[in-house]
Amino acid sequence: MRTLPFLVISLVVAGLVFAGALAVGNDYIFFAGYVVLQYVVLSTAWNILGGYCGYVNFGTGAFFALGAYSTVAIYNLIGKSELPHVIPIPVLMLVGGIVSGIVGFGMGYLTLRLRGAFFSIATLALAVVLETLIVNWDYVGGSRGAYILRPENAPLIGSYVRYLFLTMLLLAVGSLVIARLIERSRLGYGMATIRDDELAAEASGVPTLRVKLIATTISGALMGMAGAPFPYYIGYLQPDSTFALDYAINAIAMPLIGGTSIWIGPLIGAILLDSLQQLITVTISSAVNLLIVGCLLVAFVILAPNGIVGLFQKYFRHKDDDFVGRRAVSLDEPGAVVPSDSSPESPA
Amino acid sequence: MIFSFDLLMNAIVSGILIGGFYAAMASGVSLSFGILDIVNIAHPAFIILGSYAAYMMNHDFGLDPILTSIIMLPAFYALGAGIYQIYYVAFEKRGQESLRGLAFFFGLLFITEVTLVLYFGVDYRDVDASYIGPTLHLANIDIPLRIAVPCLVSLLLIAALQLLLVRSFIGRAIMAVAQDQLALRLMAVNPIRIKRIAFAISIATASIAGAFLIIIQPVEPSVGRDYIGRIFAICVLGGMGSLPGTVIAAMLIGVVESLTSTFYGPSWAPAVSFGFLLLTLAVRPAGLLGR
Repeated sequence: MRTLPFLVISLVVAGLVFAGALAVGNDYIFFAGYVVLQYVVLSTAWNILGGYCGYVNFGTGAFFALGAYSTVAIYNLIGKSELPHVIPIPVLMLVGGIVSGIVGFGMGYLTLRLRGAFFSIATLALAVVLETLIVNWDYVGGSRGAYILRPENAPLIGSYVRYLFLTMLLLAVGSLVIARLIERSRLGYGMATIRDDELAAEASGVPTLRVKLIATTISGALMGMAGAPFPYYIGYLQPDSTFALDYAINAIAMPLIGGTSIWIGPLIGAILLDSLQQLITVTISSAVNLLIVGCLLVAFVILAPNGIVGLFQKYFRHKDDDFVGRRAVSLDEPGAVVPSDSSPESPA
Repeated sequence: MIFSFDLLMNAIVSGILIGGFYAAMASGVSLSFGILDIVNIAHPAFIILGSYAAYMMNHDFGLDPILTSIIMLPAFYALGAGIYQIYYVAFEKRGQESLRGLAFFFGLLFITEVTLVLYFGVDYRDVDASYIGPTLHLANIDIPLRIAVPCLVSLLLIAALQLLLVRSFIGRAIMAVAQDQLALRLMAVNPIRIKRIAFAISIATASIAGAFLIIIQPVEPSVGRDYIGRIFAICVLGGMGSLPGTVIAAMLIGVVESLTSTFYGPSWAPAVSFGFLLLTLAVRPAGLLGR
């Protein structure tokens, strides 16, 4: 399918989702749905670097928080000037995306020339340092946190949370389209070769550093965009919870549970896992919900390395002649990539 | 601020002592990440597990935390061996350690942490021991025993580990497994078994480091997250897999953190290790004593 029809179909589906949510008539569905959509964006963004390139980013929380704090900074800036007080969310998303994208690029530039593990560790540390900076920056609230007043209503669609939901829905569509576009472009094939064998990719002329930097920047920017409306959603932003590793575990678990090699994987993972979490948070407790995410993640990476998409492909392989589907299976198949030092256990 | 020599000396001494404790935390990662190339980011969670083991034995039976941690060594060793076995079968054998192996350890981190939260709650716990409380005064320098004792035991532990690595057959095999597995196999040594032993030892050090942690500060389940970045920064800065390098790097980071929090305020201290990490990665990725 070409990109344009895909975009149209996605928009129609998004429209149906919004209409369906309106038909329920209860604002809770928007509050819960917003979080699900936010995770669709975060896990799709994570997957662009993690799933396509094979570089694990533990700093989802950091990029997300950067977007959120850009909004706080703009909010404070405008609150002190004569400008109109309500800033359109898309503008905030754009700013948050640019800030996170720049940080992603910088991080990548410093660490991506080294082995993959160093990048992962650096992203872990990035969260700590950015948090330190925010805690010491009084303008955006410091360790006390920042309050954002959510407007009561948005024009045309009623309550403000519906407006937030709608913008996040559009961002989710946008990020899925971007992910799918990358997947089918030269860039995406470059990423796949890096994931499978970076040395071979380099040898066959893939500009590995440039491809990785593009991936990090896009991925970071999308995470920042997902974070930008968050202060308006939550009302009170506090560094500890905004920079939390909880975002990272979710953003990693969702693509790995759904399937990392194709755009629909993170979507399936995010919808399933976050709906489950919403349910558990309401019925049991929010601590249990992290336990379940952890257990599911471990279970899936051990038992079903290609996620739910992989399980489906296994059953429907004979019907599935789609090129991307076949590529995804054959490259990720156990035993397809065997490093020289992992031959079976020999008797001592 | 009036510059005070005593303040400076105190900050440096407490930095060195804390550094000794950091070294105990990082030595396990130095083994697993530095030598075996297993990015065990769940290591801090196992350290917290060690803290809670020490807390339980101390609280229920009045046992000394460090003694408890030594008694618990076999249990942690077995845990480590079990985890490596899963890791090997599920990831190393299939060649998927880079993406899914990392995710596996990240999942373990959360499972351990949340299990502790569900069992013990999120209250801070601490332990009792005779050396918690008193402070030595040498000239104008204060040496709190609750930090000095872990530092000393930690140096002993690392010396023992280094001796094991350099002198014993198993130790040399562990060093060799990082360099050439095929050659090791030709010497009739099973590399998988050696890696399992090495990883189990690395998890066993978490038991002792956990006891140190709860002696130095009260512990709650998610406290380990604060240490992830620091531990890996020390490991990279020291030079992958070099225990002497780990000690030097740990003390360096300890001193700089201590100076930062003394002269600029404690809220800036967490950024120090990251600064070092980025600097090391950008300037000398092999680390201080790297090969």
